[in-house]
Amino acid sequence: MLPDTATITSSPSLSVPWWKVVYDFSALTEWIDKSLHNAMSPFWTTITELLIIGVLILLFYALVGLFLVYAERKVCAFMQNRLGPNRVGPFGIFQTIADLFKLLFKELIPIKNADGFLFNLAPFIVIIASFMAIAAIPFARGLHAIDLNIGVLYVIAVSAMGVIGVLLAGWSSNNKYSLIGAMRSGAQIVSYELSVGLALITIVVLAGSMQLSVIVEAQRDGWFIFKGHIPAFIAFIIFLVSSTAETNRGPFDLAEAESELTAGYHTEYSGIKFAFFFLAEYINMFIVASIAATVFLGGWMPFHVGHWEGFNHIMDFIPPFIWYIGKTFFVIFIMMWFKWTFPRLRIDQLLTLEWKYLLPINLVNVLIMAFIVLMGWHF
Amino acid sequence: MEEKDITSLPDEQQEYFINMGPQHPSTHGVLRLLVSLKGEMVKNIEPHVGYIHSGIEKMCESITYPQIIHLTDRMDYISAHINNEAVCLNVEKALEVEIPDRIKVIRTIMSELTRIQSHQLWWACFGMDLGGLTCFFYGLRDREKILDIFEETCGGRMIVSYNCPGGLMYDIHPNFQKRVKDFIKYFRKILPEYDQLLTGNVIFHERSKGIGRLTKEDAISFGVTGPTGRASGFSCDVRKHEPYSAYDRVQFKEILLTEGDTFSRYVARIEEMWESMNIIEQLIDNIPEGPFAVKMKPIIKLPEGEYYQRVETARGELGVFVISDGNKNPYRVKFRSPNFSNLSVLNHIAKGFKIADLVAIGGSLDLIIPDIDR
Repeated sequence: MLPDTATITSSPSLSVPWWKVVYDFSALTEWIDKSLHNAMSPFWTTITELLIIGVLILLFYALVGLFLVYAERKVCAFMQNRLGPNRVGPFGIFQTIADLFKLLFKELIPIKNADGFLFNLAPFIVIIASFMAIAAIPFARGLHAIDLNIGVLYVIAVSAMGVIGVLLAGWSSNNKYSLIGAMRSGAQIVSYELSVGLALITIVVLAGSMQLSVIVEAQRDGWFIFKGHIPAFIAFIIFLVSSTAETNRGPFDLAEAESELTAGYHTEYSGIKFAFFFLAEYINMFIVASIAATVFLGGWMPFHVGHWEGFNHIMDFIPPFIWYIGKTFFVIFIMMWFKWTFPRLRIDQLLTLEWKYLLPINLVNVLIMAFIVLMGWHF
Repeated sequence: MEEKDITSLPDEQQEYFINMGPQHPSTHGVLRLLVSLKGEMVKNIEPHVGYIHSGIEKMCESITYPQIIHLTDRMDYISAHINNEAVCLNVEKALEVEIPDRIKVIRTIMSELTRIQSHQLWWACFGMDLGGLTCFFYGLRDREKILDIFEETCGGRMIVSYNCPGGLMYDIHPNFQKRVKDFIKYFRKILPEYDQLLTGNVIFHERSKGIGRLTKEDAISFGVTGPTGRASGFSCDVRKHEPYSAYDRVQFKEILLTEGDTFSRYVARIEEMWESMNIIEQLIDNIPEGPFAVKMKPIIKLPEGEYYQRVETARGELGVFVISDGNKNPYRVKFRSPNFSNLSVLNHIAKGFKIADLVAIGGSLDLIIPDIDR
């Protein structure tokens, strides 16, 4: 049903000056919402908003993917005494775009005796899982696609769905290397999911909420990694380790260990289907880094120290989005750093690390954190 | 057809095979390992060799002795210089030519440089096998420096062909001594960096300690030589036991370890790099004056008989066995290549470990495939 012409009297104006939008996106989003409501019925408004958000996230996804691949190659080159990509465009910044086009135009090689349906389905499951997780991440004040009251739980649940794609890819390829890779990946992700969850629960205990926006707001007077004393720091380390394992990155890249299994579960994929796996790996890294930044390092919240009003005010001048990106890339850099430094673990050592060390430490850690919260020792 | 529950089957029927190679990143060449697995557990390994068989021994029968040098380069291409030396020493021994000290010293320095660069490349690849890609670039960066020295003096970088029966192809470059000394100074500082990156890493220890243990008895019965054999306590350094060239006038210790696992094979090679640097340092300032080659007959004919010479390459003992019927071509040449014996032990030590361990063990044996196939 089209709205009455009478309601479209005048389009509502932005309540704040345009340049202040970078500090609080809610004014902008509210303005868009109101304008749309004026123009069409609530049903179509929701549809339009979903479309806008979908397109924006898709764009963001592609940009982050392209940038991360470039960043990884540069960081890796820096670690390894090389130059990295430096031919396509200034400092090689268009290299990944060129690679993307190469992958788009490559032949999709059909595999004999492969389970065609599952083989084609697998990359989409992997990429959709990472795509869904990105929706719940708060990028800046007011820039948050869905603010679920169980945001932490949702992100853990959705990002773990990717393993189904990996398992399907390995199983349907009709290749023993792929199958070994997929089975390793299954065992690995199921195990490390526990540590990721428990590390986040440590902070949920401290924050008292699973809603990501509330968690960020609660860090107004100090990030949780500082507020939570030692347990929060231990949880951060455990989260870093186990989330690296969950995203199948080195030193836990057993599913695609190229010196053992050639390329693991995506050995048989080519062209854009391979690119989907490749992109999903980087987006997963971005997601776990975002969660680490949001939950432990305050997300978009600037660096605040208790009651130092002047200092906090100066920090507020840096837009929240910059804080968020800065923290996320700091975590990503750490993950790249140890990927390019450490040798790979063996599968039994990987599971030993999780079940014998990380899990018990984590359980004790949650207990200590609960005790600290109970006694009110955090500040 | 009804489906069987394979977990109820006896062990042998639960196994499945994978072909590691001939095109596989961790076999460093065209070696094919037919690996029988149960889950991730390695049950049996059957090496299939011959994918890069080039008939070097047969070819030697139709070419002259100076020409054989250029074929031996292509066997163990990472220690090309030492392979050349083996043939030259054999020919010189047969002809009873007295070799001046200058040649001996230069040959020894070159051999040790070859050993260092071979171990550098091995370190690089071993790190890569274990998943630490950064090692590869560090190793290659330092290896370049030795290859530059080779290029300046020999003209070649990897396939040097610097030796010839009776001496050397050319004299050393005027910069040679300075550059070698610079390199030693540089590498003494860099080698601890290798340790920082890999040796001290806890993941590396977990991956290599107690993996693929080779006992001294097995090492002897399989004929495993070189750092691999010495890591098991088998004293097999030809440089010590049967000194050739200038090895009898330098002080160095034979690296002997007792563990025999992947980690001690690693340590043995790292220690050998230190020892090689010691050897070079003792000789580099004392290169005697003299000719760089002895005048030989234009056509070298070995007297009738059988000749054997062994040398210590970077991977173990290389033996050159020549039967001559008095012609300019040998009647028969046989190379006792270290890699062939070292490969034979792979099934024995890697059985019962996981695939990832098989890669680590294979890497620690430091196999060069053209040397196996010849």
